[in-house]
Amino acid sequence: MPKRFLSLWFRYLLTDWKAVRQPELRGKPFVFAEPNHGRLIVKAATATAQQFGIEEGMTVADAKVIAPDLTVFDHKKGREIKLLGGLAEWCLRYTPLIMLDPPDGLLLDITGCAHLRGGEREYLKDMITRLKDIGYDVRPAIADTIGCAWGVARCAQKGLIVPEGGHRNALMPLPPSALRLPMDLLMKLQNLGLDKVSSFVHMPHSVLRRRFQKELVLRLLQALGQEEEFLIPLKETVPYSERLECLEPVRTREAIEIAVFKLLDALCKRLYGEGKGLRQSELIWFRIDGKKGQIAIGTSQASNRTDHLFKLFSLKFDQIEPALGIELFVLEASLVEAVNDKQAGLWAGKPGLESEEIAELIDRIMGRIGNEGIRRYQPSEHYWPERAAAPGGHEDNRIDGEWWNDRPRPIQLLEQPELIQAMALTPDYPPKMFTYRGKRHVIVAADGPERIEREWWLDPGEHRDYYVVEDEEGGRYWLFRSGHYDSKEQQLWYLHGYFA
Amino acid sequence: MAGEKQAIINKLRQDILAWEGFKPAAIGGAHFGLGPLEAAFPNKVFPTGAIHEFISGRPVETAACGGIIAGILRVLLEKGGICVWVSYTRRIYPPALKRFGLNPDRVIFVDVPLQKDVLWVMEEALKCQGVAAVVCETHELSFMESRRLQLAVEQSHVTGFVLRKDVKKENTTACVSRWYVQPVRSQLRAGMPGVGLPRWQVDLTKIRNGTPGTWTLEWCQHQFRTVTPFTAPEKLHRYA
Repeated sequence: MPKRFLSLWFRYLLTDWKAVRQPELRGKPFVFAEPNHGRLIVKAATATAQQFGIEEGMTVADAKVIAPDLTVFDHKKGREIKLLGGLAEWCLRYTPLIMLDPPDGLLLDITGCAHLRGGEREYLKDMITRLKDIGYDVRPAIADTIGCAWGVARCAQKGLIVPEGGHRNALMPLPPSALRLPMDLLMKLQNLGLDKVSSFVHMPHSVLRRRFQKELVLRLLQALGQEEEFLIPLKETVPYSERLECLEPVRTREAIEIAVFKLLDALCKRLYGEGKGLRQSELIWFRIDGKKGQIAIGTSQASNRTDHLFKLFSLKFDQIEPALGIELFVLEASLVEAVNDKQAGLWAGKPGLESEEIAELIDRIMGRIGNEGIRRYQPSEHYWPERAAAPGGHEDNRIDGEWWNDRPRPIQLLEQPELIQAMALTPDYPPKMFTYRGKRHVIVAADGPERIEREWWLDPGEHRDYYVVEDEEGGRYWLFRSGHYDSKEQQLWYLHGYFA
Repeated sequence: MAGEKQAIINKLRQDILAWEGFKPAAIGGAHFGLGPLEAAFPNKVFPTGAIHEFISGRPVETAACGGIIAGILRVLLEKGGICVWVSYTRRIYPPALKRFGLNPDRVIFVDVPLQKDVLWVMEEALKCQGVAAVVCETHELSFMESRRLQLAVEQSHVTGFVLRKDVKKENTTACVSRWYVQPVRSQLRAGMPGVGLPRWQVDLTKIRNGTPGTWTLEWCQHQFRTVTPFTAPEKLHRYA
């Protein structure tokens, strides 16, 4: 299948943009200007201003003489790139492969896309009419090569859709400026009287190369399709993606659900056929007012089950704001992994951390509360109580080390040890009594001390002497004294946990 | 004649229990090591696939409830499987679960940032048949919410534990049982200093189709053991 490229030339990109934002400026002469060596130079002018003879590169002072009611706006560097980027994103509905063509154009690879809208003519008409409705004056051209499409869009008067294989003929009557050449080369060609492509296309390449450097030959060959030229897409295309265009803009939740389910079904069928499952996926929607939005889901195991993935998306449907209506849904699987070839029916109901059901449960919880809240603990080789259990991801299945069981540890541990008033009669003996939050606990039995040294290589501070104590009511507590016993200084006692 | 009638009534009772999901002892088989306490349950088997409610008013009681739950979970997880522990403000110290025979790495802890999501996560987890048990620490549980949880487990037969902390006012719930657990003084052999084995007074105030009662349990060598309540020691402060 021959490649087909579409070149869009926004003739008045900046001024059209201004007129879209301020409709009262439409049809009026105004220019964008930027300072250059102390003068204001015209950077872009409207069609009306150009009729007066105002051109790019003219000083604003001269332009004002020609058109006294000229409005001048400041030009901001890089604005046109930004605008083109926005327009390119808008054009993603026509083809996934788009390249920016600064300063004022876009290049689209429309191979295999045009028939979706009933042929190239209708395809082009649809796009141009829509752009015109927005307010952009655009000149398009479709051809077999990037170079030809570019030249035809900018230099040809008619025949904007070059038929397949006709790019050579289409180039012949065009001026050399259709070949994307630098200014000095164009001057040279003009001085030599070579005012059409046809006048030098038959010359031997060695002659052209000697006279006009290799740039001319390269551009010529590219336009003729003898030299390969590649389009670097603005956005990396996702290999696994599905699109759904709605005949009528949809607004209701039911309609959105149907659309998403349809997309997921198609995507999952494809993934299933290839033995793959998705880990990350985005749903992008385009509204008729030009806005777009997206929601993303992630799974803990590669999955290609429509029902499960739909459930994950449905948790986030509240974030979709259809406003006037959504006209296009795109579902992309940005991360795809090989899926374990399990027989779903066989494994259902079997408990275990690896089971699909658990993974799906975790996905659902993650979709609601986020990833941080879900933890499993692994034994960690630290005596310090706060570090004895290492929080890990829920998917981590290997266990290094053993859980210790030989020391008494409270079933409830306070996040921060809380200061208590304790009374110990004998040094290094458990306290007789302690007060916590205004309540007095008389201790009737105790074990300890168990000294736990602070891991000085991790953090500085005093060691702790832990005691297991039981009060009159039967409550069992884990207390500690910070540091050594010292009769001169007041001892700091803390409550750190409750035993079962 | 009267004996025949009684037999029919007993048969019907058994049938109703079976329909409600309480398995007869012979089939269930699982022994929860709760000792005489198990006689309180219908068919003398701890009801799995149901919601149990634990009520605590003080942190020490919460810890005691945690011990009992961990001890029961040990049996539930014996055949493999995992447990989900949902909580809003969690204080459970994973390494301590090992003391009750529960491997901490078999528990998935879900720390929910918003309290209202606790029950949502609980319900989702209860609906998942791959989970052996779900524990949920929460504050309030209305009748409607408990009914939803109960409906979820009737489908999936997952066992659920709701640990209600700092309960000021008790309300009716659709849970199968209601437990109050209080720590009581541990006891060592006479004359021995120190703190003994964990010991609790368990009040089972509600148990559907069972007989409520009060027991004193002790955790000894990986199972519960019923003990006679603590008698006043002859001498206090003997360690000092």
